Amino acid sequence: MAEPKPAAEKWKAAFPWRVSIEPRITNVPRWLPPLVSLGALVLALVMGGIVLAAVGGNPLQTYLHMARAAFGDLGVLSDTLTKATPILLCGLACSLAFRMKLWNIGAEGQFFLGAWAASAVVLLPVLPGTAPKFLMLLAMAMAGLVGGALWGAVPGLLKAKLNVNEVLTTLMMNYIAISWNNFFIFAVWSERGFQMSPVFPNSAWMPRLADYARQVPVFAGLTTHLGLVVGLVAAAILWWVLYRSQWGFEIQMTGDNPRAARYAGINVGRNTVLVMMLSGGLAGLAGMSEISGVVHRLQGAISPGYGFTGIIVAWLAKLNPLVVAPVSILFGALILAGREIQPSGIAKLLQGIILFCLISSEVLLRYRIRFVRVMQA
Amino acid sequence: MDWIVILQAGVASGTVLLFATIGEILAERSGVMNLGVEGMMLLGAMAAFGVAVRTGNPWLGLLIAMLAGGLLALLHGLVTIHFQADQVVSGLTLTFLGTGLALVFGEGLSKAGAISLLPTASIPLLSRVPILGPILFTDQSALVYAGYLLVPAAWYYINRTRPGLHLRAIGEFPAAADALGINVIRLRYLYVFAGGVLAGLAGATISLAISPGWFSEMTTSGQGWIAIGLVIFAQWDPLRAAGGAYAFGALRRLIIDLQGPTMLLGMRNPFYYNPYLGLWLQMLPYAFTIVVLVIGSREAMRKRLGAPAALGTPYVRSQKV
Repeated sequence: MAEPKPAAEKWKAAFPWRVSIEPRITNVPRWLPPLVSLGALVLALVMGGIVLAAVGGNPLQTYLHMARAAFGDLGVLSDTLTKATPILLCGLACSLAFRMKLWNIGAEGQFFLGAWAASAVVLLPVLPGTAPKFLMLLAMAMAGLVGGALWGAVPGLLKAKLNVNEVLTTLMMNYIAISWNNFFIFAVWSERGFQMSPVFPNSAWMPRLADYARQVPVFAGLTTHLGLVVGLVAAAILWWVLYRSQWGFEIQMTGDNPRAARYAGINVGRNTVLVMMLSGGLAGLAGMSEISGVVHRLQGAISPGYGFTGIIVAWLAKLNPLVVAPVSILFGALILAGREIQPSGIAKLLQGIILFCLISSEVLLRYRIRFVRVMQA
Repeated sequence: MDWIVILQAGVASGTVLLFATIGEILAERSGVMNLGVEGMMLLGAMAAFGVAVRTGNPWLGLLIAMLAGGLLALLHGLVTIHFQADQVVSGLTLTFLGTGLALVFGEGLSKAGAISLLPTASIPLLSRVPILGPILFTDQSALVYAGYLLVPAAWYYINRTRPGLHLRAIGEFPAAADALGINVIRLRYLYVFAGGVLAGLAGATISLAISPGWFSEMTTSGQGWIAIGLVIFAQWDPLRAAGGAYAFGALRRLIIDLQGPTMLLGMRNPFYYNPYLGLWLQMLPYAFTIVVLVIGSREAMRKRLGAPAALGTPYVRSQKV
């Protein structure tokens, strides 16, 4: 062994401690995981600030501006909730699939197919525009669910039958879904050559808070729509399924140890297809909610990457549906405020940095970092 | 439609996939799956174009792009090798991060004017070989020729050299490699870095040679993901990767050329008269990737070979394997 360098000796004299990283043997205290996540979030904002400063922005002012743009008054708060709605549903979709370690990266495509199927109800038309509102919305929601579920079933079947990597198939299906949608927007349902469908009849619009402004004046101009309620109900149901039902237990167990699950008699293949279908269905419902509650027509730019944001939201919420709800509000704010600041990639970059800090921080839950006093020779 | 021209352009555009695929093969052979290829490519494309615009030197752009891709990959290395995070999640994160960085630093680059591109050349004698000459050796970018050299070099390195043996060892059975005195952790960092460098090079190949310019996310349009699909199809073999990459390159090119002429096979070209049908053509590379994945997976199941055994699992000395 080489002699220790003098500099190292001097350092040891001034700071007679050594950083020791040991695997945790005892259970992680309950307060630690949320604290670590919060710390990672703060660290991510600091790092994002450094990047902002590097491209010539003022980080503090930018963050303040973003906070104001997302939570400043009742109007923008309502817009934030509107943006959070599809993220919530996509986050639930990802949480469900990720529980089984099925990497459904295709929520974006399933979102588009859900939107397409819901539009088909109005535009084919399956139901006339004069149909009662609840019937119309119900049919659209079912169509959105089925459209997304079918789009999710393909990678699910390929995974279950042929063991094809679902990360790649779901991702490829995203690109196919966008071309599929574009074909209908450009060629079939185009309104006078514009790249969008005609506006849906009023019966296909989900009620917004603003619709009740006559009864409750405060609601005037608020965009939050019924989709948020749908999302919250879905979160509650999914929580029950994952934490209280036998099927949820099977999913969790398959995710943790597929071989053990198989020995325990769980039909892993069938569950793979079912989980992918339900996951796709939730993302499809997000697409339906977005076009019925916000856009009111089918067009190309209906998603600034909600499906991908859903992945981050699910991870940040540790795949717990009840936590997905508040986290998706945070990301709704990020996307809403991100539109107002330059350069335009900042929102995406922040999402990346947040997720990076988050997965790095998880090492703190597996290992203890201790300072150990170094024995003087 | 001239088939020679399509294949010539196909080889050029396949070079992008080739670099990215071989980079990913190196990383995966060492046991680290990096799904962030798309992000690294995008960052590389932006860095290459940005540097070339500011300095007027495309070679410097190329170098910076490779460095940028490699540095981004090192982040993935840190998180998956040292922090033992899930490689799938970390790779996805890398895609977000690379895309975000490229969009932020590439702001305004799309309006930059023409730049001097990497040189193209014809090989004196080889270009006169019938059929193959015009396809492979005429007016191709310097990077295309670099691709020709990389394929056999990578194959030889992995299969016939001692460092290549170490590479395969740390991907198949890291504990045994460790026992032999091979530094698993350091080598994994090295190959993850190498994969990032090649992904950055792939990005630079787009923005400096194949379809020059910066078109934000459309610059790569999912080619990084196709490259990861090709790795599975290629069964982690550079020679098969080359076949897949050039075939996909030709397909991409064919899709563009199908929409050009008024007549096709003696009939009115439907893709010319109804441009919306082109949207169906645009699905083809992605649909084809799924087909290729199915083929690759079936073959792997039948032959009982496939991914490096330790792919996706972090190596920790104290843990049992």
